[in-house]
Amino acid sequence: MICDHSSEVMNAQRDEAFRRFASGGFPTRKVERYKYTDVANLFEPDYGLNLNRLDIPVDPYKAFRCDVPNLSTSLYFVVNDAFYSKALPQVHLPEGVIIGSLREHASQHYNQLAVKDGDAVTDLNTMLTQDGLYVYVPRNVKVDRAIQIINILKAPPLWDKTGGEALMANRRVLIELEEGAELKLLFCDHTADDRPFLTTQVIEAFVGENAHLDLYCLEETHAKNVRVSNVYIDQQRDSRVNHNVITLHNGVTRNKLDLTLSGQGAECGCYGCVIADKQQHVDNNTLITHRATHCTSNELYKYALDGKATGAFAGRVLVEHGAQKTTSQMTNQNLCATKEARMFTQPMLEIYADDVKCAHGSTVGQLNDAALFYMRQRGISEQEAKTLLQQAFVNQVIDLISLEPLRDRLHYLVEKRFRGELSKCEGCKLCK
Amino acid sequence: MLEVRNLHARIGEKEILKGIDLTIRDGETHAIMGPNGSGKSTLSAVLVGNPLYEVTEGEAWFNGKNLLELKPEERAHEGLFLSFQYPVEIPGVSMTNFMKAAINERRKAQGLEPMNAAEFLKLMREKRKVVELDSKLANRSVNEGFSGGEKKRNEIFQMAMLEPKLSILDETDSGLDVDAMRIVAEGVNKLQRPDTSCIVITHYDRLLEMIRPQYVHVLYKGRIVKTGGPELAKLIQEHGYDWIKEEIGEE
Repeated sequence: MICDHSSEVMNAQRDEAFRRFASGGFPTRKVERYKYTDVANLFEPDYGLNLNRLDIPVDPYKAFRCDVPNLSTSLYFVVNDAFYSKALPQVHLPEGVIIGSLREHASQHYNQLAVKDGDAVTDLNTMLTQDGLYVYVPRNVKVDRAIQIINILKAPPLWDKTGGEALMANRRVLIELEEGAELKLLFCDHTADDRPFLTTQVIEAFVGENAHLDLYCLEETHAKNVRVSNVYIDQQRDSRVNHNVITLHNGVTRNKLDLTLSGQGAECGCYGCVIADKQQHVDNNTLITHRATHCTSNELYKYALDGKATGAFAGRVLVEHGAQKTTSQMTNQNLCATKEARMFTQPMLEIYADDVKCAHGSTVGQLNDAALFYMRQRGISEQEAKTLLQQAFVNQVIDLISLEPLRDRLHYLVEKRFRGELSKCEGCKLCK
Repeated sequence: MLEVRNLHARIGEKEILKGIDLTIRDGETHAIMGPNGSGKSTLSAVLVGNPLYEVTEGEAWFNGKNLLELKPEERAHEGLFLSFQYPVEIPGVSMTNFMKAAINERRKAQGLEPMNAAEFLKLMREKRKVVELDSKLANRSVNEGFSGGEKKRNEIFQMAMLEPKLSILDETDSGLDVDAMRIVAEGVNKLQRPDTSCIVITHYDRLLEMIRPQYVHVLYKGRIVKTGGPELAKLIQEHGYDWIKEEIGEE
């Protein structure tokens, strides 16, 4: 049934993924990279799968308004795990560029990065996924207009009658940038329904020589949403990648990033910004592998935790034997506004080359009392001063976003979030 | 303006102020001098409500309001201003946003609408001139990467923006070169009105020659031990504090 609604390339990977998954099962917290998020427990409840591809009638333009509108992006929609071909933007893409359904376009690159990881959630995704997004940019083509993908989670209408069932979606993305290609890609994750969702997402990105990829992932979902996302990126010689992952509102989120600098002179910037309160949980787990010489990696993750939120950051930089002249910087800074908010942080460096410049560091603290008092002396109320300081704290990450309208919009959303005016995503039904 | 009676304060277990009496009327400028560690900065911190210090005894009235019952921001709204000895750097908060928040929070407390953007920028431009502050500093984060002199000038710029009734300048002259000190002193003088007052805490009479206080107080071991006119500052500059210590019966 799964195979009927998918493609040969995708089907070819299922049996092996199933065999691997069946032998190991869901990772427990004893598995190092799942230490801070109890994934086995998250998969415990019964979730429905839309394997028969029941049509989900949404008019995304009408029913849904993303929080990042008017960016002059080319807008596409993915509903649960299916590319939504009924609403395509009226834009002319440069010749040869493909943005479409993975089922139709998946190439032989499919699963080539992901399979090496041996991650059980990735295997589960490979086993069950039926569709998703495929992005291809040919050699030396620069896509000027940013591509915005809105991932909407919504249950089939029939389910509404039986009421409140939980839905699982297994989304897959494959991105290929040929030599010298350039692309800015923005994913916005939203829930359009108040039922519990569980999403597994696997993104694979192949970035060719001298190519440039900006990959932004923004999550604004609700408290009953579970997201397990695994991102795999491979970079060839002199390529550049900026990856920004921003969690504005969520339930339980676990983001994994595995990035490999395979070609000489490649550069990456991996940035994360988390704002969480109540019982929210956000775990970012990164592995950056320096495989070639003269590569640079920069990592900055910032968490502002309030209420009883828990955050985790486990970052590992691996400099392989022979990867000389590596420059690497990893920083994780965290603010805990309450005594109940908890942060786990684990920056790791593993170096097998002798001519490298690497640094890593991590801090957990409260708001600066001296700054707070200075502001109050000028007449700014304690609450307002706190909000300004929290905003300033995370804006350091937002400011690294090169897409200016997105940066401005995020400044606005972050401010709203800290003022408690963005308790859920603006687009979802719950908040209308 | 300000009436302080028998004020005692401590930080942790250490008592620093041991009974301060001080009366400041409208339009007056008072200087407070004294050896290191005598309690000058503590006095200014207590008056503006720094939570690190605990008032154990005494009272302070500011234009009829019981100062010690007000939060720091409420004291600011009443027109109390402190030019910090060590201005705090606030990375990520621009001077513009910081001043906008300060002005509008006070307007809110007074029941006024927020100032519109054009009006606000005009005010910023005008007041910047008072202390010859570079326009580029306005777009930078509060005090971040400012030189020592710029930080102190920035304090006086904020004073100009907020137009306080009583300003306390805590060693605003320390670390300033001659030209910067002149700019700061001229700025302060320009901002003085018949209904505003000023407390100048300093170690040197150079600033006082430019700001010209009517009264000079000497603070020693948490008490005001001597009060005089501007000539007292000159005597201290020439002879130090030993003769005052002798006067009050100390070695």
